[in-house]
Amino acid sequence: MAKPITGKGSAEGVSAAGTLIDRLRAGDERAFETLVREEGGRMLAVARRLVRSEDEAADAVQEAFISAFKSIDRYTGDAKLSTWLHRIVVNASLMRLRAGKRRPERSIEDMLPAFQKDGHHVDPPAPWQASAESGLMEKERRDIVRARIDQLPEAYRTVLILRDIEELDTDETARLLSVSNNAVKTRLHRARQALRTLLAADFAGNTP
Amino acid sequence: MSEYIKCSELVDFIADYISGELPVPSRVEFERHLDVCPPCQTYLKTYRDTIAMSRQAELGGPEVASAVDPIPEELVKAILAARAKS
Repeated sequence: MAKPITGKGSAEGVSAAGTLIDRLRAGDERAFETLVREEGGRMLAVARRLVRSEDEAADAVQEAFISAFKSIDRYTGDAKLSTWLHRIVVNASLMRLRAGKRRPERSIEDMLPAFQKDGHHVDPPAPWQASAESGLMEKERRDIVRARIDQLPEAYRTVLILRDIEELDTDETARLLSVSNNAVKTRLHRARQALRTLLAADFAGNTP
Repeated sequence: MSEYIKCSELVDFIADYISGELPVPSRVEFERHLDVCPPCQTYLKTYRDTIAMSRQAELGGPEVASAVDPIPEELVKAILAARAKS
């Protein structure tokens, strides 16, 4: 009989994870509940970053767990269980995004830096105020940055989240989005440039 | 000595420069321009700041970096109920 899984991080320990997976494969109800409680919080945070709606994020996590439970026999152990679940919830969130309603978007071109014919900046970039100088609390700064990220066109916001926040590599991002590696690289660079433009309106100051 | 690359070219190469994917000859040209161009130095600094600030905004600051809210109880129940039905 398998030992019960207890304690924080037991889904990650090598021997404990092995035991948990054996129990999941055997259809042990308590093992499923252990997995949901241990990994669910992190998965919900990932889904929230991608779909930006509490209900949609909860649905994506539910779909991800059901998908994981059904395909637990295909989990090879090459990646950590948490990494495998991360991929599944990213995929479930992207499917929700694709199925969702499109919101009106600003063109990315309007947010990219402009250059003169000789290649010089049209508006030379100004340094940004350090957080201590801006007078904003850290939470306020984070709220502003999140709001600006949400202003990016969806195709660009998604790549920025997958690459810079979720730290997926270019290959995996391209595969998940069914686009070329070059498209991922171009979108990431444009997303960062556009976000830089938006943040400059909030944080560029006259300090040296 | 060859001419300097343009600011617009430097900006095109920033992503590859910071990921270390820029080939050495292009990297040399990139840094030669950067050394003499304060606007591009500021652009590069604020491009890096943008990445750091987006990570901090989405993942939380240092004080909350390791904390993730637990999954709500009602969602745990919904997932286990959905599994029982599937």
